[in-house]
Amino acid sequence: MSLSKITQITGRAVAVPGDDIDTDRIIPARYMKCVTFDGLGEFMFYDVRFEENGKPRAHPLNDEKYKGATILISGNNFGCGSSREHAPQAIYRYGFRAVIAEGFAEIFFGNSTTLGMPCVTVSKADRQALQALVEKDPKTELGIDLEKKSIRAGGKTFPCEIRESALHGLTTGHWDPIAELLESGKEVDAVAARLPYMAG
Amino acid sequence: MGKTLFEKVWDAHAVRQLANGQTQLLIGTHLIHEVTSPQAFAMLRDLGLKVKFPRRTFATVDHIVPTDKFEEPYADPLADAMIKELRKNCAQFGVTFFDRSTGRQGIVHIIGPELGITQPGTTIACGDSHTSTHGAFGAIAFGIGTTQVRDVLATQTMAIGKLKVRRINVDGHLRPGVYAKDVILHIIRKLGVNGGTGFAYEYGGEVFDRFSMEERMTVCNMSIEGGARVGYVNPDQKTFDFLNGRPYSPKGADWNKAVERWKSFASDRDATYDDVVRFKAEDIEPTVTWGINPGQAVFVSENIPTLAEVPESDKAITQEALEHMKFEPGSPIKGKKIDVAFLGSCTNGRLSDFQEAAKFLQGHKVAPGVKAIAVPGSQVVAILCHDLGIDKIFQEAGFEWRDAGCSMCLAMNPDKLVGDQLCASSSNRNFKGRQGSVTGRTLLMSPVMVVAAAVTGKVADPREVFHS
Repeated sequence: MSLSKITQITGRAVAVPGDDIDTDRIIPARYMKCVTFDGLGEFMFYDVRFEENGKPRAHPLNDEKYKGATILISGNNFGCGSSREHAPQAIYRYGFRAVIAEGFAEIFFGNSTTLGMPCVTVSKADRQALQALVEKDPKTELGIDLEKKSIRAGGKTFPCEIRESALHGLTTGHWDPIAELLESGKEVDAVAARLPYMAG
Repeated sequence: MGKTLFEKVWDAHAVRQLANGQTQLLIGTHLIHEVTSPQAFAMLRDLGLKVKFPRRTFATVDHIVPTDKFEEPYADPLADAMIKELRKNCAQFGVTFFDRSTGRQGIVHIIGPELGITQPGTTIACGDSHTSTHGAFGAIAFGIGTTQVRDVLATQTMAIGKLKVRRINVDGHLRPGVYAKDVILHIIRKLGVNGGTGFAYEYGGEVFDRFSMEERMTVCNMSIEGGARVGYVNPDQKTFDFLNGRPYSPKGADWNKAVERWKSFASDRDATYDDVVRFKAEDIEPTVTWGINPGQAVFVSENIPTLAEVPESDKAITQEALEHMKFEPGSPIKGKKIDVAFLGSCTNGRLSDFQEAAKFLQGHKVAPGVKAIAVPGSQVVAILCHDLGIDKIFQEAGFEWRDAGCSMCLAMNPDKLVGDQLCASSSNRNFKGRQGSVTGRTLLMSPVMVVAAAVTGKVADPREVFHS
């Protein structure tokens, strides 16, 4: 199962500032009462975007200027907490195709990669600079080049990092591992046969 | 050169290297629950695949179950649909389901060990970040996303990069009134909420040697709150004694063989680690969080930090936390008036948690105006508590005694905070909105500190409440 090769992500961006943004914040637990991921985009960052009475808050995600943004910018340790894939699913289904942050929690990073949504890391100074560019002119186009590990924006180029395994999967169109995992059924059986508890 | 348990278990389960450099790792035990599995089963159907090892896959229902109502249908149609979906999926794919009618239902990280499914030297995965709990038995246990749940269902393997190993030693003697929960909150406070990214945490030293299995589980459970996806303790006689005679533990001649094999997985004395961190048990005091992530914690005797006291990099998150918690910077955490006391969760919902809390609670009453609920982590824990009269102690003190489930840890069931209630909670996350109200406020602490808060109506040092 070969998927599309993801090498470049180009689009406008919006920042959700702050460190340690957890997956409960990205998708509150009450919206996880579902048996499919369909429709989750609507509830992305729900309590950040809306007051309890449903009134929109003053937040970049509600600002018309950023409408149509496909790249999300945030701080350090983005996606910490729960392993819920509902979080990256909600971000993806809302319309984002990449996340730029100072750092990612591990499970979130893996879940996002498997969805084909690259998570790239930048330094604090570069995150601030990118955010400033976008805030100054929300029409700024960002171009993430995974192979070059760089982000073009506002006539400048910023370095970014991405784990090698994710880079390989995304750029070769093998970001969903299921096909490769299914290839080795016999080898799996052989390893299982050496483990007494697998027979139990 | 010696190897760590992590490396030995990894090597025993590695199938092959994948094109992206990750390892295809065999997952021996797959635990599933109602929230993160339905989409995985749907993907399996779409791909026309079966569950490869249904006998190594075990399901339960915990997140969405009401703890005050056993009968179905549940008032919430979405919750009702989820339990029915899991039932259908398990029946169709031949997976063992510890449903509420079996007497073995409970929080997935509590029932695995208590049924003897969790064993040393094994790999475990579950679509839940607190899967690290099972590491207390010397298993390597990963929290995974739903697409990975699909991978494990379909292939009994997943793609994963090898972790580094950080040894965390806690030596010396814990002071009275200091518990496993205080130890892990202290570790997270010191190493940071993302300090463990890329690492498996191996916990050891005199304190862990003396800890019961349940105490080890409390610490391993919260590894993920420190950014470490995996946390474990090397198996020893306590591990084997705990597992002996449990429903899924090896029996007869197989038992002795299993124990010998399990021993061989413990880290070698000359194992090398990517990092080593040491703590002195005597330095740890009863600890409580004051903010919006589990690293924002202080000793109960300390004050909530001021902006001036925290490093530049923490100022923004400190400010955000102070605003959400409505706390005066620099004020004592002790004495903050609470509205709710919650005892339960996969962190602290085991028999010993209720036993220890009941020892102190006996003869006290919950303070007027405080809503106090005690939620056993499993039906087995509930029965044991009942047999020991622990449920009665809680009820007589004014606690509501509930059925098994995740309850107020995460607001996917009717147990939720209301408005900006302040909750003394034995759970694991104090994120904004975590307990079901956007403005709700959570203070993480040990079970004994929860009952101290319940009876005094405020954050209190259990050593002062119960020993004066």
